[in-house]
Amino acid sequence: MEQHRSQILNDLERDALSELVNLGVGKAAANLREMVKDEVLLSVPSVTVVSRAEASLLINEHETGRLVAIHQRFSGDLKGRALLIFPEANSLELVRAVTGGDVPLDDIVDLGQEALSETGNIILNGCLGTIGNMLRRTMQVSLPEIMRGNSSELLSLGGDQGYGEAVLFLFINFSLRERAVRGYIAMLMDLPALTSLRDLLRQYIHRMSDETDSIHVES
Amino acid sequence: MSYKVLIVDDSKLARMSVTKLLRALQPDWSPIEAANAEEAVAALVGGRPDVVLVDFNMPGKDGLTLAAEIHATHPNVPVAVISANIQTEIVSRARAVGATFLSKPLTEQALGDFLSSAKAQLSSA
Repeated sequence: MEQHRSQILNDLERDALSELVNLGVGKAAANLREMVKDEVLLSVPSVTVVSRAEASLLINEHETGRLVAIHQRFSGDLKGRALLIFPEANSLELVRAVTGGDVPLDDIVDLGQEALSETGNIILNGCLGTIGNMLRRTMQVSLPEIMRGNSSELLSLGGDQGYGEAVLFLFINFSLRERAVRGYIAMLMDLPALTSLRDLLRQYIHRMSDETDSIHVES
Repeated sequence: MSYKVLIVDDSKLARMSVTKLLRALQPDWSPIEAANAEEAVAALVGGRPDVVLVDFNMPGKDGLTLAAEIHATHPNVPVAVISANIQTEIVSRARAVGATFLSKPLTEQALGDFLSSAKAQLSSA
């Protein structure tokens, strides 16, 4: 199974996907930057195909407390779920950053859900939209939904047990330079969706490079 | 005059795609590839590139730091920082270290403009 999973995407295909995520998150960060008026620091994205349990462990390496996630499903030519995850302890600070400094705490709590949904929507749509555009495919994105829990609860998403066990896990962390806010973007896709994605990545690689150049080098 | 262009990016696909654009724009120029800052520094010594294109978001030393170092040690080498992260802070930091900012996805037009100005700068040096 391990071997099977790791063979879904080859090095160049994973590389292409990392580049797309980089583009998507770069765009999303520019949007977020305008909302919070603070520089958004981004990590180098990592792309792995893992089990849901392993994905949960990857988050636990960084976070041990309760988490909040804004969750959106995407469907169409690309199918899966995207999550913007951050520590629950950070969520008020993020809301404060988005709404500006003048809002009283009581109002921030009231505005919280709405501000989180809106932030998630802007970041995740910026990311998914860019990836879709680069792959020349369109997808429908559901309304944002807020969830709270630990990493395995967020990744199992209640009734979704029908999804295959292998998931594509894109991991990128972001933080605000001037505020104690950090978070992660994760994207989950099952095996059939991954196979469609792989075909689109191959077309993308073909467009982006010279065929004469396609020597395989381990990166 | 044919020039050597050092392309620094941790993504092999990104290097391939820049090479493809370079071949279309300046068929006589030759690409040198580096996958990180250390390889880039070695290539600067060994390959003596005339122009450098650096990705911003790389593991280890990032592209802006590398661009600043190149600008300090090789002030006559035109450097561009290529970045998907288009926040104003990144754009202004690129300019502050003496580099041209080019946004990802890189277009033929943007790279063409940079190479033309690099060519003008090199031939007047």
